[in-house]
Amino acid sequence: MGVSIKWLKQYVDFDWSPAELAHRLTMAGIAVENIEEIESDTIMEMDLTPNRGDCLGLINLAREVAALSGGSLKIPELSLRENDEDINDYIKVEIDAPDLGPRYMARLVKNVEIKESPLWMQEALLAAGIRPINNVVDVTNYVMLESNQPLHAFDYNLLGADKRILVRRARRQEIFTTLDGVDRELNEDMLVITDGERAVALAGIMGGENTEIKDDTKHVLLESANFLAASIRRTSRRLGLRSDSSVRFEKGADINGVKYAVNRAAQLIQELAGGEVVGGICDVYPMPQPTLRIALRPERVNFLLGIELPVKDIEKYLSSLGLTMEWTEGQFIVEVPSYRPDITMEVDLIEEIARLHGYENIPASLPQGDTTQGGLNNYQYFRNRVKNVMARSLHEVINYSFINPNFADRLLLPVESPLRNIIKLANPLSEDQSVMRTLLLPGLLENITTNLARKNQNLAFFETGAVFYPVNNELPLEKLKLGAAVAGRSQSNWLKKQVDMDFYFLKGILEDLLWELGIRDYCFVEGQEASYHPGRTARLICQGQELGIIGEVHPLVLQNYDIKTRTCTFELDLDELFKQMVGKKMMESITKYPAVERDIALLMAADVTASRVLEVIKASGQELLQDLVVFDIYAGEQVPPGYKSMALKLTFQSAERTLTDAEINECIGKIMQDLQSQIKAVLR
Amino acid sequence: MLEKIRTIESGCQDNLARVSTLEELNEFRVRVLGRKGEITQLLRGLKDLNAEERLEIGKAANELKERLEKMIAARHEEISRRQLEIKLLNERIDVTLPGLPQQRGGKHPLTLISEEIQNIFSGMGFSIAEGPEIESDYYNFEALNVSRDHPARDMQDTFYINEDILLRTHTSPVQVRTMEKMAPRIPVKIIVPGKVYRKDDDATHSPMFTQVEGLVIDKTITFGNLKGTLMLFAQKIFGEDVRVRYRPSFFPFTEPSAEMDISCVICKGAGCRVCSHTGWLEILGAGMVNPRVLQYGGYDPEAVSGFAFGMGVERIAMLKYGINDLRLFFDNDIRFLQQF
Repeated sequence: MGVSIKWLKQYVDFDWSPAELAHRLTMAGIAVENIEEIESDTIMEMDLTPNRGDCLGLINLAREVAALSGGSLKIPELSLRENDEDINDYIKVEIDAPDLGPRYMARLVKNVEIKESPLWMQEALLAAGIRPINNVVDVTNYVMLESNQPLHAFDYNLLGADKRILVRRARRQEIFTTLDGVDRELNEDMLVITDGERAVALAGIMGGENTEIKDDTKHVLLESANFLAASIRRTSRRLGLRSDSSVRFEKGADINGVKYAVNRAAQLIQELAGGEVVGGICDVYPMPQPTLRIALRPERVNFLLGIELPVKDIEKYLSSLGLTMEWTEGQFIVEVPSYRPDITMEVDLIEEIARLHGYENIPASLPQGDTTQGGLNNYQYFRNRVKNVMARSLHEVINYSFINPNFADRLLLPVESPLRNIIKLANPLSEDQSVMRTLLLPGLLENITTNLARKNQNLAFFETGAVFYPVNNELPLEKLKLGAAVAGRSQSNWLKKQVDMDFYFLKGILEDLLWELGIRDYCFVEGQEASYHPGRTARLICQGQELGIIGEVHPLVLQNYDIKTRTCTFELDLDELFKQMVGKKMMESITKYPAVERDIALLMAADVTASRVLEVIKASGQELLQDLVVFDIYAGEQVPPGYKSMALKLTFQSAERTLTDAEINECIGKIMQDLQSQIKAVLR
Repeated sequence: MLEKIRTIESGCQDNLARVSTLEELNEFRVRVLGRKGEITQLLRGLKDLNAEERLEIGKAANELKERLEKMIAARHEEISRRQLEIKLLNERIDVTLPGLPQQRGGKHPLTLISEEIQNIFSGMGFSIAEGPEIESDYYNFEALNVSRDHPARDMQDTFYINEDILLRTHTSPVQVRTMEKMAPRIPVKIIVPGKVYRKDDDATHSPMFTQVEGLVIDKTITFGNLKGTLMLFAQKIFGEDVRVRYRPSFFPFTEPSAEMDISCVICKGAGCRVCSHTGWLEILGAGMVNPRVLQYGGYDPEAVSGFAFGMGVERIAMLKYGINDLRLFFDNDIRFLQQF
């Protein structure tokens, strides 16, 4: 909202420059976003917080300026001339839904002359961003800008023959044409102003075409009413229709301000459009609201703010805002004027005191009281460690939690896959961001796609984040996952030690993580998963629990993501990984007896897995076998078709004695026997 | 005889000086000190002398032998040293070539800033609390004093799953969850990092972003404590010379509420494009916990008080790293990620 400083000065005296004024208001919580010099005026662009809708009215804003500057507030005085007729002979007002429309006030101005409003008024409206229409409509807008009370003017002659205003809920599917010419379908939650037969205005939001002020209007019926903020807000949202009026009602208008506004408007119409004001106001207010009184304890003010403000200063600050109070039994009973509907509790008053005193004048201090240890819990610390290890060799990405529902098809997930059971957003921004992810994989693949499209070739990413599974009638299940994706080669170098970032590359990173977490007892077993290469996928199993999956992404999936490079990914369950983490490590004593290394090369069928070979050797070698490493795999001319050779380094050591050759040979003999009988592997 | 000894010595000195390899040195040693060497011959000749001469010459010859042995050892040391030097010189490499590149990764800048914020508050005795990203309307709004028709709902456009379940629009629901768990125990001192969601997508808004929220509840928490704590934070994260100011603001869950600005980190307060020429940057929202929120959390607002604050991690990361486009954070271009 733009505020003309020239216009504001009509209501309050102050000596500040526009910049100073803007600064003072901002520092008192009435934020000025911007000031703009125009021809003979300065416009302040306001950025009001939702609780201070009252400052959309210049008089209320001027009251703030007066409180801050010490200048006096000048509310325009009324000098209305009424004729000796009685409004009640002209109009009858009834409220059928006082819960939505608690107060309705009407005045009649007869025999007006519709024309353009004077330049000063047009300028004032334009400064506030409102288009001038004619003198009567302009007056209603002008008074609204001044007092914050939205008004509406009806062409009295166009109201139905009964000359009756009935405020009621709309009927279901009732069609009403608003001033902007749009037909709107209403429902029972919406409030309409009717002339007893048909709707003539959508309460608090917009008038109707049927009773609009036109050039030939003779008699003007002025409406100054109060409507329930929540109802206006709901209706406005439902219809997608906002107006200067609805914006004000939504934030809570002054239920007692209706009278001043209707009188002020009648007076201005009289001045600008001639005509005569019919005597009296028709005021229907079935359930008058009691004045709000709040107890304010000065010691509470000082305690909460951490200051020592004398009682008289508290009184001074509140009085400057127009609040009145009585001192009884060591506390103030503060009467809250109805133009400040945001003040409902003692703390609201304390905030008023604090902002007028100036937040800058409250001394900073640190909390007293019991000290707390603070810091991370074990799970948080674990997650930090995971990130630290991953970040050694992978770049962390952060993807949106919502994705395109087509991910399931792109990943070739089977129809019955539980991962297809997704949570949908009711109001997504786009199809691309419309369901909550059940996997990190789609996001990671998109990262590969985007980067490859930008000619970023060698990619290594990880992400930790929640995935979401629906649960009936409850909040969804959120599980934290760790995912990684690699594609391309490691950095090229003159040492010719560049490697493909393939399955084993990624598996090495995963094994490094397991090592770091103290997890030694795990295995990778061959796995089948629709999104992955059927021959290059493994499940990570630890203590019988599956922690996740690692594999090369299926070429058809890669095709769906437009990725032309082999890509490997893993995805683990962080909660399960945490459960497997070994928190406590105990030292093993270092034996003083020498270790003996023996290399063996085995010939075996090509489909025997390394883990099977290691399993047999470990079981057979028992405690003398300290370490076992595969250091070469060979298949080719030197071995028969369908076979492969595997070279292993075996390390033997005893904690009690130096091992003899004979002992070691015996041990290897036993290992060979077992290898032959169990997996038909022989020495090469 | 003594004359002969002197001749041998001077001859040896000359010869030794000419020896340049270890092989030549060995030959020389054999020639002089070997079984058929000059000194050995000399010592053998002693038996033909009388006792007095034998004593004198023998002493001189033995001394010469010792001297020669030392000279040979010294020469040996000298030659091997020189040979090593030559060898090392031949092993010269181009030390300016790069080393074997290690596979290098890194944390996302938002993670780095989030961790930095967590570390600062951990040091002040705050624990880290977390909560679900998909929340109930109750925790996200209702228990934070934002009823269904509250105008503040306009401040935050919400993604809904259904009428009661939504994507949290801020990390504040964790405040309520923590209070429910803790009440009536004090002190409560938590910060809450996490992802939040708002239905907004343009150059300055991302539909998902990161917040860090804080909550302190104790017997005597004041607005002054809020100022002191957040000032300390600002100085730790932006540097000792940063200035802060507090402006009144509005949040339904705090009263009084404040907005904290810091002096612009780019122009130091002089006014520039980043701070819209005001010299100040809005950095976080804060306030004294609204008594209604304390009640929702299970605390008696007459017995305890508290303050709360919340900040956007993206904003702080942008200022600290000079990132000028919010969208870079979720674009995940490796050329961006590699820089942190």
